[in-house]
Amino acid sequence: MTTATFTRAGFRRGAQAAFGLTLGLAPFGLVVGMAADAKGLSLLETLLMSALVFAGTSQLVALQLWSDPAPILAATLACLVINLRLAPMGAALAPALDRLSGLRLWGTLAVLVDNSFALMVTEIRAGRRDAAFLLGASLAMWAVWMVTTLLGHAFGAAVRLPPDHPVFFASVAALMSILVPLWRGRSDVFPWCVAGLLALAAQGLGLGAPWPVLAGALGGAATGAALDRHRDRGRA
Amino acid sequence: MTLRWDVLAAILGMVAATFLCRAGGYAILRVTRPPPFIQAMLQHLPGAIFVAFLAPALAQGGWPAWVAGGSALLVQALIGRMALSILTGVGVLWAIQALQW
Repeated sequence: MTTATFTRAGFRRGAQAAFGLTLGLAPFGLVVGMAADAKGLSLLETLLMSALVFAGTSQLVALQLWSDPAPILAATLACLVINLRLAPMGAALAPALDRLSGLRLWGTLAVLVDNSFALMVTEIRAGRRDAAFLLGASLAMWAVWMVTTLLGHAFGAAVRLPPDHPVFFASVAALMSILVPLWRGRSDVFPWCVAGLLALAAQGLGLGAPWPVLAGALGGAATGAALDRHRDRGRA
Repeated sequence: MTLRWDVLAAILGMVAATFLCRAGGYAILRVTRPPPFIQAMLQHLPGAIFVAFLAPALAQGGWPAWVAGGSALLVQALIGRMALSILTGVGVLWAIQALQW
């Protein structure tokens, strides 16, 4: 196992690993750019939001609530609620983050997104703990995010794709492909089923984001942890 | 190229809230060593998060979304190229919608 914690080579490998996944992000960036344009945000305001917030679903929801003057409290709360799923992700990355401090630590966390998280988890499981990999993956996604929100804002009005257009399935397809490297074998079957069923149940009860995701994620993870404990006791 | 104060304030509120989510979970973990059960949960969390995100999204899209999502999964498992997997998912959904019309 390497002891390197933050290397240039790791950064480059992360950016390369994320490159294929940016295809899943691109249509989403276009939608956010279009939505910002439709709500009357200037190009500068749109790019500032995408650069600093860099969390697509929460940006889209905040823009749906947008009014003039800007809804400061509602937009802030939308981000807090929808991005709550990122909190356990940061915690799960502890093996790569524990030896960092200062700007490297908090700067890397500041650009954490779902896709770069998944890539870093597979790195950690392979015994590599170079957190620059995570930063490289996140910033590759960030660059594509900036370009696509710019294009969406500039040309969105001319394109006008319907919201059920297959192009927007790209973000779901990207997460489907992420499931493959995250899969560890048969011990994942039951926790994953519980996660999916709990999420569907929460959605069936009419709960909005982020509750289906959080209910499924925490319930599935707790199931996995309980099974681990049971297995360890059986062995002891 | 305008930048209005109310818009800037809303954006900064969004940034602060999002950073709190991104950094908060790890910050808590760094100061308090969690019990073994929580640590075991964190090991299982990655897969569970994405499954919990995908199940409602696919359910909303109906059977064409399940077929398209399944194709993306299959291509990733067999070939291991994420870009190709994403294009397959979008392409399959596109084909199904085209055939339905």
